[in-house]
Amino acid sequence: MALYTDTVMDHFLNPRNVGSMEDADGVGEVGNAKCGDIMKMYVKIKDNVIEDVRFETFGCGSAIASSSMATELIKGKTIEEALAVTNKDVVNALGGLPAIKLHCSVLAEEALKTAIKDYYDKNGIEYDHTQFPDCDACEHGCHMV
Amino acid sequence: MFVYADNAATSKVSPAVLDAMLPFLKDTYGNPSSLHTMGQKAAEHLLAARESMARHLNCEPKELYFTSGGSESDNQAIISAAKVGARRNKKHIITTAIEHHAVLHTLAQLEREGYTVTYLPVSSTGLVTAEQVKEAITEETCLVTIMYANNEIGTILPVKEIGAVCKEKGVYFHTDAVQAAGHIHIDVKDQNIDMLSLSAHKFHGPKGVGALYVRSGIPITVLINGGGQEKGKRSGTENMPGIMGMAKAFDDACNNIDANAAKVGALRDKLIAGLSKIPHCALNSDPKLRLPGNVNFCFEGIEGESLLLLLDSKGICASSGSACASGSLDPSHVLLAIGRPHEIAHGSLRLSLCEYNTEEEMDYILQEVPKVVEYLRNMSPMWKDLISGKKNFTL
Repeated sequence: MALYTDTVMDHFLNPRNVGSMEDADGVGEVGNAKCGDIMKMYVKIKDNVIEDVRFETFGCGSAIASSSMATELIKGKTIEEALAVTNKDVVNALGGLPAIKLHCSVLAEEALKTAIKDYYDKNGIEYDHTQFPDCDACEHGCHMV
Repeated sequence: MFVYADNAATSKVSPAVLDAMLPFLKDTYGNPSSLHTMGQKAAEHLLAARESMARHLNCEPKELYFTSGGSESDNQAIISAAKVGARRNKKHIITTAIEHHAVLHTLAQLEREGYTVTYLPVSSTGLVTAEQVKEAITEETCLVTIMYANNEIGTILPVKEIGAVCKEKGVYFHTDAVQAAGHIHIDVKDQNIDMLSLSAHKFHGPKGVGALYVRSGIPITVLINGGGQEKGKRSGTENMPGIMGMAKAFDDACNNIDANAAKVGALRDKLIAGLSKIPHCALNSDPKLRLPGNVNFCFEGIEGESLLLLLDSKGICASSGSACASGSLDPSHVLLAIGRPHEIAHGSLRLSLCEYNTEEEMDYILQEVPKVVEYLRNMSPMWKDLISGKKNFTL
């Protein structure tokens, strides 16, 4: 379908790092079923580096592709580098998304940040709360950008 | 394998229809309004096409107007009845919650202009009853517009009974028969229909052409002014290749209507039986009281657009009522109206068949859909929550 770039279709049809992770150090889940998008990310962190990452997504083609690309962008990066990844980076790496699908990239950014926040919380690590999405907002309905 | 199972979206032009159209592009390209021989030859064919279609609908040729398609026909029918109503101080219209947007958006425009619209709720299978219509009619009602068959879930509505109620109450009855025409028997007199919309490309005719039947005596509002074609009610040089194609397609469809319905209905039933075996799914609408070619399921735990894209990658063309597939935030208004919750409606799949589909294609669909559903469920956190018991299944 010409709706999506070849890169989006590649990541949709051959998603990278898909699945769950038993011994994850951090797990983040964003979105809600009513809107038709839920993303869940699992991270394995060692020596401040994202050693491994997995995702599970309920959503459209661009949601699955955005999740897959986001995992690729943070795998092997330091936490600081991973936190610097934005939805725009995901969109650019995918070669663009249709305007109406941009929220999928936002969800991907929020999912990975929420997973890192979970790692911080679980390990009692101090952090700047403003760096992370307000996850209560995710429950309040669909948001579009 | 390539399988086209999206015939409710549009259908292919049949070879016979193409043959009927080509002469009007190549040889007899005259304007039916021209006085020369070629123009008059076109005019004769135009008349023959109108007579042929009128015969199949059981109306008079002069009651049939050629338009650009279903949307234009719906707009013109509804606006015409609304204008008549306004002159009599009747500005109430009755419809259903599951109409096509060509009807719903026209009515929304009328609401902004001061009309009141009653949207009748439908049953879990997408039905409204004549009794519901009867109860909703008031002194102010100028029009009842209810579709013949639903485009998404294929429900066939009790048009004849609704028409009878309207006739008894003296209210105009319009039906959007875009999905029904050429697929199920239509007789505007017997079925008490005052106005009817149809579109050629849903029954193997070309796109961009349709028809509007308006019973004699109902004043028509002109939407397109110009050279006074279509008895002054719809100007613009007649789309001769399109009209010739539509008339041929309608003739073929109506002449073979029972045989096609039997063949397509059997394919449909095979698909329904096969897909029903997928766990946690539900057929939308009634198994039998539906269009011969319509199959519509919801699969819990997955989203429809990704389902469509994966099926497309396997060569299967289908459709979905998910929000993502429609490019909006909300899933299909039809699925919501029959009571499907948002998260279930997002996981819908429509397969719409025609007489060109085969048993082998159904086997292929039945082989691929379960695999794709399972694949998507395996990567869905929502599905994980359901099978782990963290959340309860709806289906």
